[in-house]
Parts: sequence; C-alpha cells; structure tokens
Amino acid sequence: MRPPGEGEIMILWHTLLMHLPFDWARYEFMHNALLAVLLVSPLLAMLGCLVINNQMAFFSEAMGHSALTGLALGALLGLADPTVTIVGFAVLLAVAMFLMRRYSAVPPDTSIALVMAFVVALGVVLLSRGGGFARYSRFLIGDILTVTPRELGGLAILGMVVVVVWVFLFNAFFFVSLNRSLASSRGLPASFLEALFSVLVAVVVAVSIPWVGLLVINSMLILPAATARNLARNTRDYVLGSVIVSLVSGILGLVCSYYWNTAAGATIVLWACGFFAVSLALKKR
Amino acid sequence: MRSCGECCIRLVEFGVTFQGRQVLESLNLHMHCGELTSLIGPNGAGKTTLLRAMVGELPHTGMLRFIHHGNIETTKPLRIGYVPQKLELDRTSPTTVLDLFSGALTRWPLWVGTRKAVREEALSKLALVGADSLLNRRISEISVGQLQRVMLALALTPVPELLLLDEPVAALDQGGMERFYQMVSRMRTEYDLSILLVSHDLTAAAQFADRMILLNRTVLCDGPPRDVLLSPLIRQAFGFGFTEQEIAGRRPLLKELEHEQCALPVKGKS
Repeated sequence: MRPPGEGEIMILWHTLLMHLPFDWARYEFMHNALLAVLLVSPLLAMLGCLVINNQMAFFSEAMGHSALTGLALGALLGLADPTVTIVGFAVLLAVAMFLMRRYSAVPPDTSIALVMAFVVALGVVLLSRGGGFARYSRFLIGDILTVTPRELGGLAILGMVVVVVWVFLFNAFFFVSLNRSLASSRGLPASFLEALFSVLVAVVVAVSIPWVGLLVINSMLILPAATARNLARNTRDYVLGSVIVSLVSGILGLVCSYYWNTAAGATIVLWACGFFAVSLALKKR
Repeated sequence: MRSCGECCIRLVEFGVTFQGRQVLESLNLHMHCGELTSLIGPNGAGKTTLLRAMVGELPHTGMLRFIHHGNIETTKPLRIGYVPQKLELDRTSPTTVLDLFSGALTRWPLWVGTRKAVREEALSKLALVGADSLLNRRISEISVGQLQRVMLALALTPVPELLLLDEPVAALDQGGMERFYQMVSRMRTEYDLSILLVSHDLTAAAQFADRMILLNRTVLCDGPPRDVLLSPLIRQAFGFGFTEQEIAGRRPLLKELEHEQCALPVKGKS
C-alpha cells in the first residue's frame, strides 16, 4: 500500500537533504535511514514512558526476542518479508503473557524469563536447521540503511496510529498503571487497557526490529524514558523529554555510524546511554 | 444521625469467584448515605476482593444497586470514589499531584498539558483536605500521609455516591491515622456520603464508624461497632476478643482528638 503523495514527499525530502553540507547527506540510503529514525524513535520513546510506569521493561525485552521465532515462522512459510509473522507472533505472545500475568500464580518475572527462553530457543532451533543461522544475523543487529520508501510509508502509518491512540488513551493507560482498582473505580476497563497496551508495545517493537535489531531494541524503548524520568518534574516533561532524547540520540547515532562504519542501532543506543549517564549526574546535584 | 436516610446502596446475593476460588458468596449489605461502615475480617476474608468487585475490576454475581430518594432504583452506574492502600510507585516517578487530577478528570492528554479548569478544580478539592500546597509536587516525594490526603481529595472529585477506602491508614503512624479518620468522618457529614472502610485496626475503626461489618466470605455480623466487637464471632474470626473496658478505654482518646485542630473547613458540625 502506498500512501497518497508518498513519492512527492520523498522527492522533497531528498532535495532538502542534498543541500546539507555533509558527506553523509549525499547518499539516498542515508536520507531514508534518517527518516526511519525520525519515525521510529519517537514512537519507541513515547511507549517507553508507560512501559517504565507499568514496570514492563522485562516484558518488552521478551517481545523483542520473540522476533527470532517470528522470523523462523516466516522462513518456514517461505515468506520473502517476515514482518507479518514477526508482528503476528509478537502480538500472540503479548496476549498470552498478559493472560499469564492475570490468571496464573507464577510471578511475572519468572513467567517472562520462561517465555523468553522458550521463544529464543525455538527460534534458534528452527533458524539453525542446516546451519543457515548466519543469514539471519541482520535481525540481531538491525539494518536501518536498507529501509525502502515503501517501508517508510508503513512506518508512517504505524506512527499515525500510535499517535492517535496516544491522544485518546494516554490518560487511561496512565491511570491503569497507577492502580488498577483506582482506574476501575473511575470506569476505565483496566484489563482491556492493559492488554491493548501490551499489544501496542508488541507491534511497535516487532515492526522496528528489522531496522533496530533485536539485541538493542529494548534499550531504544527504555533508555530515553529512563533519562527523561531522572530530570522530569511532571508527566508532560517526562513524555516530551523522552521523545527529545530519543530523537537526538537517533540522529547522532545514525550520523556517527556512517563515519565510524558501525551498526546504526547499537550506535544510537550508545548515545542514549551517554544521555542517561548525563541525566544521572545532573539529578545528583 | 445526619444522613438523609432516603438513599442507600444495596448489595444483594453478591458473590465473587477469583482464580477459581469462591471468595465471597451470598453477601447481603445495605448502606445508607451519611453512614460510615467499617469492614473488618481476618486475612483472606475477602475484604479487598469485595472492593475490587464493587469498583468493577472483578466480575461478580448478584446485584449492586443504588437507590435514590423515593425508592427510585437507577440503572446508571454508581459513582464510586476509591482510595487505594498504596500506589504502584517508584521513587523516580515524575507523576505530580496535578497529573493525578488531570489524568482522572479529562481525556486531554497529560503530555500535551493541563487545562486551567482542571487545575482550579484540583486546587479547590485539595484545599478541602489541606493539601493545596502540594499541587505541583511529585507524588513520589511527598509523605505517605500527604499522599493519602491527596488520594482522598481525588476520590471526592467528582463527589461520589459511595466512597471506598481500602486500609487507607495502613502505612500511617498513630497520629496520622487518627487525623485521616477524622477527615473522612467530616467528609461523610459534609457530602452525605456512604463510606465503606476496610480496616485492620479494629478499635480505631470502631471509634469513627456508625456501623461495623464482620466479613469472612460472607457477612457474619453486622451492627453498631460496639456490639460487633463484643460478639463471640470476633474471637472465632481473629482468635482474640474484646472486653467492654478495652472498647470503652479508647473513648477518651477520641474526645481529646476532637479538640485538636484540623485543616478542614467544617459545615454543619454535629
């Protein structure tokens, strides 16, 4: 599916960047990658704020690792683009884990560890059949430089969906994260909102994995929010701060990865770690 | 009795099954407005489960009805104020007192900002519990007692028909607890509220309650606090009982406290 006007937007974007006096700005793949960073990082940063409020950092880590199994399922089905199976499996797993958390007596961290071990092992077993695992290593570290205009269109649509949900349901998600009974007393469907949030995290994480890499995806989710949390005086500053930290580390990481010839996802995460350290130091004063 | 006495909240054959276990069964309760009912019972009796079912977090069988003046039953959901025992908070949480009100009262996303009307509403409700100076403070940095006052103010916005308090004083010291109960007690008269209070401190709860209910899977005993505490069922449920003297012995404390000033403006003091 091509959103209307996509071609025109991309031409405008390329023309704009071509005029920048930087070496990296001469390449079209860098323009695409930059746009991908500008689309993906704010999404992860916004979700990350409530992931931390909900103490779900370990859950989102499991979502990231589930991509191995999703990828393997895609390969088994002979799909050229495994995004569908990665997202589908992550959503399935998110719902399953939500149900486990609600209805089973197993402590959440234990059940997440179990699930994570299972999906990683299953994914590796399936992918390594016949010794072909190396082919899939790009999903471990991500490859943002290969993003195509068509995929950018998909990311833009996902971004719009998340922003709309964030406008209408942020306060509800926020209240459920404070106390479920309190949220229920105010007429909010706590279980539905928790499940919806889990699914939202699963989708955004799964969609981002081919570009960011499953080894570092969770840091992109958690670090900007954790950094903003150190300094924010209220919830608005927290969310906006998280988005800003994420955008700045995204841009710096991408540009540095060009000059250093390193993996973009990991380089972005290192910048985010740097900002987190600075925020810790500032907080201490 | 200061209540209008005409409206009431009624639980009929109320039951809750939680994680495959029947926690509450055939529970029948009747609460009048302006009445503070204290809910007691041993651990695992189903006190918190009852509240969670009443707010709609857990499914229940039977009925929860609100009956207005003149015996008109309404089908509209009961407006419930709820003060939890604690919030799931960590020390770095950036949530402010204003964020709580803003998140509860509007859909206008917190990350965009706060509407002026919400700020004013929050300030006026916080003033009722003497906490208006806390408006822009983060809830992770105020004291437990202050937070409970804020949560009480939040539960009263908008003014509910039923106020549920789940061991709101569990983390407070003796003085803080007495002050909190006094505040709740005054809210009851001021807003003509039905209040259901879960409490572990039996004698303290008895001082402020009009009625006491002993719960263990169902209502075992229901009546004036003194009668309930003296009932042999108390010993059965808790493994210890009370004597007349022990209950009476607490009375002077209440009298002393009535002289202590409270940050509350009081209308129509009894």
